[in-house]
This record gives sequence, C-alpha cells and structure tokens, in this order.
Amino acid sequence: MTKQQANWSPYDNNGGSCVAIAGADYCVVAADTRMSTGYNILTRDYSKLCKLADKCVMASSGFQADVKALQKHLAARHLIYQHQHNKQMSCPAMAQLLSNTLYYKRFFPYYSFNVLGGLDNEGKGCVFTYDAVGSYEKVGYSSLGSGSTLIMPFLDNQLKSPSPLLLPAQDAVTPLVEAEAVDLVKTVFASASERDIYTGDKLEIVVINADGIHREYMDLRKD
Amino acid sequence: MSKSVVEMPPKGGFSFDLCKRNEMLSKKGVNPPSFRKTGTTIVGLIFQDGVILGADTRATEGPIVCDKNCEKIHYMAPNIYCCGAGTAADTEAVTDMVSSQLQLHRYHTGRESRVVTALTLLKRHLFNYQGYVSAALVLGGVDVTGPHLHTIYPHGSTDTLPFATMGSGSLAAMAVFESKYREGLTRDEGIALVTEAICSGIFNDLGSGSNVDVCVITKAGKEYLRNHLQPNPRTYTSSKGYSFPKKTEVLLTKITPLKEKVEIIEGGDAMEE
Repeated sequence: MTKQQANWSPYDNNGGSCVAIAGADYCVVAADTRMSTGYNILTRDYSKLCKLADKCVMASSGFQADVKALQKHLAARHLIYQHQHNKQMSCPAMAQLLSNTLYYKRFFPYYSFNVLGGLDNEGKGCVFTYDAVGSYEKVGYSSLGSGSTLIMPFLDNQLKSPSPLLLPAQDAVTPLVEAEAVDLVKTVFASASERDIYTGDKLEIVVINADGIHREYMDLRKD
Repeated sequence: MSKSVVEMPPKGGFSFDLCKRNEMLSKKGVNPPSFRKTGTTIVGLIFQDGVILGADTRATEGPIVCDKNCEKIHYMAPNIYCCGAGTAADTEAVTDMVSSQLQLHRYHTGRESRVVTALTLLKRHLFNYQGYVSAALVLGGVDVTGPHLHTIYPHGSTDTLPFATMGSGSLAAMAVFESKYREGLTRDEGIALVTEAICSGIFNDLGSGSNVDVCVITKAGKEYLRNHLQPNPRTYTSSKGYSFPKKTEVLLTKITPLKEKVEIIEGGDAMEE
C-alpha cells in the first residue's frame, strides 16, 4: 500500500490586516472588516476584533474558523478565571494565556495571527504581538496580516521604538496622544487598502482608556 | 557502411529542450520570476449601432496592486479594439504584433481591416504557443460586414457572441449581462450596462478594481472613454499630513578617489621604422 496523503488543506487564508498602538494612557486596536478567500469576498462586515476582558481586546487575521475556535476557548478560560478569582483577567495575564493556548497546538496550529491590546495594571497602554504558535513580545505598536508588509514600515518610520535589548528596559509606549494615534491608524488602513487586495470595505477601531472601551468605524475602499 | 555517429538536430518542429531544463530547475527549487497578471474584468456587447467594450483598470502581482489605473483596452485598428486579460506583457505584445500586421495589410490592400482578420491572426498566434502565451481577449469592432464581437482563449479557441466577458471577474460581469442584456440597446443603455457589468467585477472580484474604461465603436468612428467612471476615490487623508523627517543615518564616511588604470608614459620611444 502506497502512502496516503491528504490532498486537501484544513487551512484557508481569509486575509485582512490588524494594527494596535499603545500610548501612555490608552491603547488603539484596529482591523478591517473584509473577509475573503481567493479572489472572492465572503463578507464585507466581519469583525476581527474580540473583547476578551474589560481592558483587553484581541485582533486576529489568518483563518477565521480557527480564530473563532480560539476566541471561544479563551472566553471559556476567562469565565473559569472569573469564577475562581472573582475578577477580570489583566491584559498581561491574558497575553500569557494566549501564548500557552497557541503553543498547546504547536503541531496542528491555530492559523491565526493575533495582536492583543489593552491596559496593564497601572492603566498604561500595552500591545502584545504573536506568531501562530505562541511566540510573543510586548511592544509599543504592531501590525499583522495581509497588509502588514505595507503598514509596518510606515509605523516604524513614524513611531521608532527603543530596542528591546537596552538595559534598563525602555518603555515601549508611543509618544502620541490618543487622537493622533487614531488618525495614524486611519491613514495606514486607507493606504493599505489602496494596494492590498485583501484589505478593505470598513475599518473598525477600538480605543481602550480609563473611561472604558470606545468603538468607531470608517469606510475603506470597496473594490 | 557504418551509420553516422553525429546526431543531427531534427529539422523543423518544436524544440522542448528548455521545458526539460525548466522542470529540472523548478525541482531544484529555482523558480522563474513572477509576472504582472491583470486579474481583470473585461466585457463587450453589441448594441444597435455597433460594439461597446469595457474594462477595469487594476493590475495585480499576487495580492499587491501594482497599477491602480492601467489601460486594458488596446488599439488594433481604427475600427477595431481589443480588451486583454491574463499576463499583461502577453496581452500587450500580442495585440501590438497583430495591430502592426493589420496596418501592413491595410497598406497592401488599401481597404479597412476586418474583425475576422484580427481574430484569425490572434488565434493563430495563440494556438501556436499552446496556451503558454496567456492572453484572454475580448475583440470587438465594426467593419464593412457590420459589428462583430469575439472572445479568444489563451489556447486559441474563439467564440462569436452578442455579449461577452473575460478575466477573473467574468462571472460577476456575466451575471449582469445574463439578467439585463437584450437586442437593440441604444448607445446610452449599452454604456450603462457595460459600466454596471464592470462595476460588478470591480466590487465583487478582488482581482479587479479602480476605474471603468469604456470604448464605443460605431460605423461613424470610435469613442474611447478613458476613466468613464471613478467609483473608488481615496477614503481618508489626514488633515495634518505626514512627513518623513528621519533621514538614513550616516555611520561612516570614507572617500576613495578613482585610480588611473592606464599609465601614460610621456615622451616614450618613437615608433620603430
């Protein structure tokens, strides 16, 4: 008997881009709302953002079926945490949980590229960026997904971050005020949707600050 | 008598040596360079006085848009135009080649080119290349025998139709034609239908986008409506604008002057007699 091999893939790529920017007292998390496969648009109104805790939002691109499974799993784990500790999980704790959850499936990964944004225990903005198998890093800003190659160099130019190798560790948060960060996010998505065919339709922006979570939308190219 | 040991290359026919080489290279992981594919929506229809062609203006290279406003309706003859989908270089080269042959043919005959002439030249070329010249075309024009519309596939097969679509957005565009096309459309109705079909491709097919180009060909002449509709303006421009003040950091400066490569000996020996 010759070796049988799968002639189909359990994975798909649904495209889309995610961005998160951390500031001194806020965090902006944003993603476009287009979900596509191949040259087809599946829907123009699919939220890639997921509120995991009161001060913790995850944006995910990649394979949205895996993303949905991951979100459900994290929601269940967070519910257990609330029952056991009678409080919301902090953003750094959720970051570690997400990493562990991803690495648990090291050899059949969730095909999802996540960026986690929120406020830490001191109320300072924080962004955690991941690969599909759980390697993560705390950064000042991050971009993932199909348009990330267009967005990341622009963010690097505008928000040069200190090296993570410096001692003592430098603060990674960006020097922008909240309105400037939201403006920057709108600009990078308008630009990315000009050149990346998988980014478009609508931009969903979530701002997390001391007042809570605020959500807004902006139209992007629909072609 | 012994047979000749020297193998002569066969006379005529195709040589597939390079195919073998390319297969060997790709097995070793050397992939050929990618090329610009116009994932496209192109359409054409016959209306009461002639033919209308339409195209979107997006050119892509994989998932990246490399030209937001390219021209996909190519000139063939004063009374014939041709929309191209597939590899941009192939559609341009093949339409240029045939349009040159048509011009020479007109000089020779002193008559207006016919659409079937262009059709035959195109399909002959494409058939010769067995589908490796990846050009999918919609050919339209008006000649002495009336209006004509044809589609040509990369392998060289052709169709003669009252309305036609091609490219990655062909299904989206054909959906519009199938539901709304009828015989004897007026010029304005025809342009509106073509525009709607192209827009359907622009918005529902990720390989198509940006603007709508239209070309109307009648017995009286042609009218090329470049960027007839621009339904995708930029969505957001920051009010304060952005600057890129950080220059590349200079880490080291070292100037090496050019060296004289040839030594010039002044007052050398006189040439010997």
